[in-house]
Amino acid sequence: MSSITFFDLSAGAYIIAMIIYIIYIVVRKNTVGIIATTFTIAGFITQTIAFTIRWINSFNYWVANNPNSGLIESILRGAPLRNLFESLVFFVWCLILFHLIIEFRYKNRSLGALVTPIAALVILFIDVSGTNKELQPLIPALQSNWLLFHVFLAFIGYAAFGISFATAAAYIVMITEKRSEKTYIFWSIIMGFFLIILIAMGIDYLSLSAAQREHLIENYFLKATFRNESQSIALLSWIGSGVIMFLIWRFGLGLKRIFNVLQLTPQILDDITYKSIAVGFPLFTLGGLIMGAIWANSAWGRYWSWDPKETWSLITWFVYALYLHARFVGGWRGRRVAILAVVGFIAVIFTYLGVNLVLSGLHSYGS
Amino acid sequence: MKEKEREKRDIFEQIWKFFASVKLAIFVFIILAVSSIIGTIVEQQAAPEKNIALLAKFFGDEVAPTVYNIFVKLGFMDMYRSWWYTSFLVLFCINLIVCSLERLPKTWQFINRPLKPMPDSALRSLPIKKEYSLKATLNGARDAFVKILNEKRYRFQMVSNDDGSIQLFSQKGKYARLGAYFVHISIIMIFIGAIIGARFGFSGYLNLPEGGSSSFAYKSPTEKIPLGFTIKCNWYNTEYYKDTMTPKEFQSELVIIEDGREVMKKVIEVNDPLVYKGITFYQSSYGVLRGVLDEFTAPRDPNDQRMNTLKPIFSKFPNSYGRFIIKVITPDGQSHTLWLKRGDTFEIPGTGIRGTIVGFSPALDRDRRTGELGTSIYFKDTIVNPAVAIEISAPGRDKFIAWFLRGERVLILPEMDHEIEFVDFRGIEYTGLQVAKDPGVWLIYVACIIMGVALYVTFFISHKKIWINIASAKNSVRVTIGGTSNRNRLGFEREIEGMISKIKDSLEGRT
Repeated sequence: MSSITFFDLSAGAYIIAMIIYIIYIVVRKNTVGIIATTFTIAGFITQTIAFTIRWINSFNYWVANNPNSGLIESILRGAPLRNLFESLVFFVWCLILFHLIIEFRYKNRSLGALVTPIAALVILFIDVSGTNKELQPLIPALQSNWLLFHVFLAFIGYAAFGISFATAAAYIVMITEKRSEKTYIFWSIIMGFFLIILIAMGIDYLSLSAAQREHLIENYFLKATFRNESQSIALLSWIGSGVIMFLIWRFGLGLKRIFNVLQLTPQILDDITYKSIAVGFPLFTLGGLIMGAIWANSAWGRYWSWDPKETWSLITWFVYALYLHARFVGGWRGRRVAILAVVGFIAVIFTYLGVNLVLSGLHSYGS
Repeated sequence: MKEKEREKRDIFEQIWKFFASVKLAIFVFIILAVSSIIGTIVEQQAAPEKNIALLAKFFGDEVAPTVYNIFVKLGFMDMYRSWWYTSFLVLFCINLIVCSLERLPKTWQFINRPLKPMPDSALRSLPIKKEYSLKATLNGARDAFVKILNEKRYRFQMVSNDDGSIQLFSQKGKYARLGAYFVHISIIMIFIGAIIGARFGFSGYLNLPEGGSSSFAYKSPTEKIPLGFTIKCNWYNTEYYKDTMTPKEFQSELVIIEDGREVMKKVIEVNDPLVYKGITFYQSSYGVLRGVLDEFTAPRDPNDQRMNTLKPIFSKFPNSYGRFIIKVITPDGQSHTLWLKRGDTFEIPGTGIRGTIVGFSPALDRDRRTGELGTSIYFKDTIVNPAVAIEISAPGRDKFIAWFLRGERVLILPEMDHEIEFVDFRGIEYTGLQVAKDPGVWLIYVACIIMGVALYVTFFISHKKIWINIASAKNSVRVTIGGTSNRNRLGFEREIEGMISKIKDSLEGRT
């Protein structure tokens, strides 16, 4: 079986696990929780197999093309961390790994209900965006150990930030008393935004032929809805988005009851948020910024050139540095730091996807 | 006098307090994060038309030029070098230094404060508190704790209290509290490294044709930077993955010449530059010399006029004339390598066969099914699959033209054992080099190492303190443990629990 088959299997397992975790929240039967965890572990093992097969395949491809390359070099060059698809898959893998670690350390199964949806959303994004899943040869700029460490560490960091996002978002719901609170309105907008983008991409996906789907991100992003040639459909999309935002705002507090049932206290959520950032921040600094700079210097002779990707990773770094300083020396607590954790992850997403999707788009169809 | 002095001191104190405030730090973080966004939306150092077109999307065609002019005045078009962004970075540094200096003495005092024994009651008010009853004698329990503390590398002190109880106390990882300061130092070092690089280094480029050499790099077409030596490019090559158009490697062979002597030779690749005397040459681009490929076509028809009217090329580069490298392999396995210009004729000794170089194609490929040479694909500035056309004349035969793909050995005539291989066509491509000198980069690297270590220490090593009180009770000892940890309290609690279970095991094992 190919790595893609294994990956699809693991994706299925995660989505089933997500559904069972949600059922577990409702029925609170221990057996249901165990089934959910079992599915997660099964998915994790399957994905590890997929990852290994892909690594072996791309190792063989490299060796076939570079017979003079040494064993260790070939293993490193084979690492499946080279394009959007592979890095997103690795992100999911890290996320699930962190989730399992937290589940066993905190002995709290209900966290799965927060983390598996993120994994499921990323999987959905992978499929909907039609990113190329084929094994691609490594272009010269990517043939660098620094790049490999860079991607590897940065994505572990991103996964830790992903967890902190989930717990911070849950925290905000937990401490909200009234819907008129600004923090809650902010929360509704952010959640609505993610949901709307995903729905809009789903509509893009359904409106395209199989061949077109492969170029969804480059050519057809939001073309079926917001960027539709027909003005009325574009307008309708905006109205629909407004409705979705309103519904999230109106019914979002219902989650609070669920979290209460889960015995997820604001303290636990806040603690996990902080700990994830404390793990993510050094990894991101070292992997995302430092290794990236060293790679840039070895490839182009410049460690920093203020390109949008670099700048956005610096912005991300500022946000999390702010979180840590505000919390430790600024005495910030509660909702203010939770907002920072949410904003930080939005910066992460923008660094990884937004720069390629939005900014390059701005420049490309401008000329 | 005194009044004035005090006033002066007050002002100084106020300025100091301003720069040391956490509020300022938070403000600087926010302002840097938010303002940095502008430069990622407006393309930096770009042609005006580009950004005007971009602005027109937001503000409309009429207003866009005005908005553009305002943006230029605000420095948005080269934002990260603008006076105000630089000021924020300076403010960031000052804030970082002053904040650290403000806090360091307190942290230092805290680190060096000797650990003191603690009465039982105070011990119970610590964040971590545990109580156990062990079946052992006072001395037995004491020895067990001494052993485990030594094993865990806790340097401890021991006191005996008036009531006969014993207290062991220890701390570990106190210097981890300095981690954050080292992160700050490394950031300052990065800024210093960047300033050194900007002040004493340069960044330029150099396009060298194959066979060409230069003792300058260029900052702009008009601004030369002397290198202090000469660099020559022997050849440039793009390698592709088999059966694909995906490049596998971009390579150039570079030679450093100093005082007429060759002092260094290296094949550079992307991610593997050449460094000589602090100047680094990176493989950054490549191309075919302008006009060269225009003069070639792939002549499928031998009567094609252009074939006979090939003009001399490379007049712009007197040092480099394009050379076809042709290898002739005789039946006894010996090979002769010939370097030929276009139009040159060569003879294969003892056979009367003559070949003339008559054409070149930058991208010719074989049909995978039939094995026939296919139509030449014409790339204006890339050489993908070069091939040479040689007109062959043999005694008693009509002249004919044969195509030779690079790297393929071909029999000249079916009845002859002589083979020909087209090795390469040199001197028509140029290699694009990024040339950089950055005397500050070592400082950046040192700073990165410091930052990496300091971040690890800050986030993963905690300052732990532990007090263990051992008192005798009826037939047993009562152990009270109190502890603090500035990070990962859960982990420290687990460590303590682990120690206790180990001690219990060893005590039970002994009895």
